[in-house]
Amino acid sequence: MSAATDAYPGGVAGGGLARGGGLAAALTEEPEHGASKRIVVAYGFWIFLISDIILFSALFATYAVLTDATDGGPSGRDLFELPTVALETACLLLSTVFCGFAGIAAQVRRSAMYYVSMAATFILGATFVVIELHEFKTMIDAGAGPGRSGFLSAFFALIGCHGLHVTAGLLWLLTMMAQVYAKGFRDDIRRRLLCFALFWHTLDIIWVALFSLVYLVGVAPR
Amino acid sequence: MNESIPERHGDVAPGDELRPADVPAAIRGYLIGLALATLLTCVSFYIARSTIVWQPSIPIALSVLALAQMGVHLVFFLHITSGPDSVNNVMALAFGLLIVILLVFGSLWIMLHLNHNLMPMERLMQMQR
Repeated sequence: MSAATDAYPGGVAGGGLARGGGLAAALTEEPEHGASKRIVVAYGFWIFLISDIILFSALFATYAVLTDATDGGPSGRDLFELPTVALETACLLLSTVFCGFAGIAAQVRRSAMYYVSMAATFILGATFVVIELHEFKTMIDAGAGPGRSGFLSAFFALIGCHGLHVTAGLLWLLTMMAQVYAKGFRDDIRRRLLCFALFWHTLDIIWVALFSLVYLVGVAPR
Repeated sequence: MNESIPERHGDVAPGDELRPADVPAAIRGYLIGLALATLLTCVSFYIARSTIVWQPSIPIALSVLALAQMGVHLVFFLHITSGPDSVNNVMALAFGLLIVILLVFGSLWIMLHLNHNLMPMERLMQMQR
């Protein structure tokens, strides 16, 4: 290979695509140099996740601008229930750890550990969605729906978008359990599972920003 | 993995394969991440309602704690580290962060200035009568 290739012996993710003849090598399972296909797939999906984070930051900026636009209606201080938020946070944090365990189990092909971890991830994630829907219903019943004020529109858009992501993730999770059940721990299935794990972990990172800067700052004394 | 780097402790990238012998270490990594994240979460929830901290500093303290916890998640759960296969992931993240910071702080800056320069709504209504 050229001198440029030799200058990067470790190979950076996706680097195989930029090098001469690298595309064919990146598409095979074991390229003779550079990053493995697993690393390249994870890098590509990471780019998508960063674009998703930017989407959330736009909603977040909208919320931050509209926090005080309550139009005489209820503010975060009147609406947010910290015990509920703490429970949601615990559910999502534990589910992200179980998702990590499922990823470990898939890499070393341990079926029992995989299915138990994925089931735990699903139950905790579904609990999160149920608690959030209940929180939304309580707020709407109290006359604090998304149509009440600019603050509440932005709040429902931001938290609702995260809730939709988690719901989509739950469907993906069930699909991954079914695919492993039907096809086993094939390399392509395990790459999909890797992307799912990255997606799920990223949703928890976004939730960290939401519970800290929406809920906790919302109730903090000024 | 790479033959030139036989020993890897934590310096992994998303997508690095795991050997069966590494499973206990990998599980321990997630448990350490869980412990750190739990600690930071508990501190955040405590500080939000406490009176021992100077009140106007609470939003900034919460922001710093949130950033720290995101770092914990990135390293222990997503494995965005300093490993050789993670360089491009880190670069993409850095660019993403630049956009996020421009978007959030740019919006806040512009909108606060507009709010500051515009007449209050009540006086605007009175002038239209």
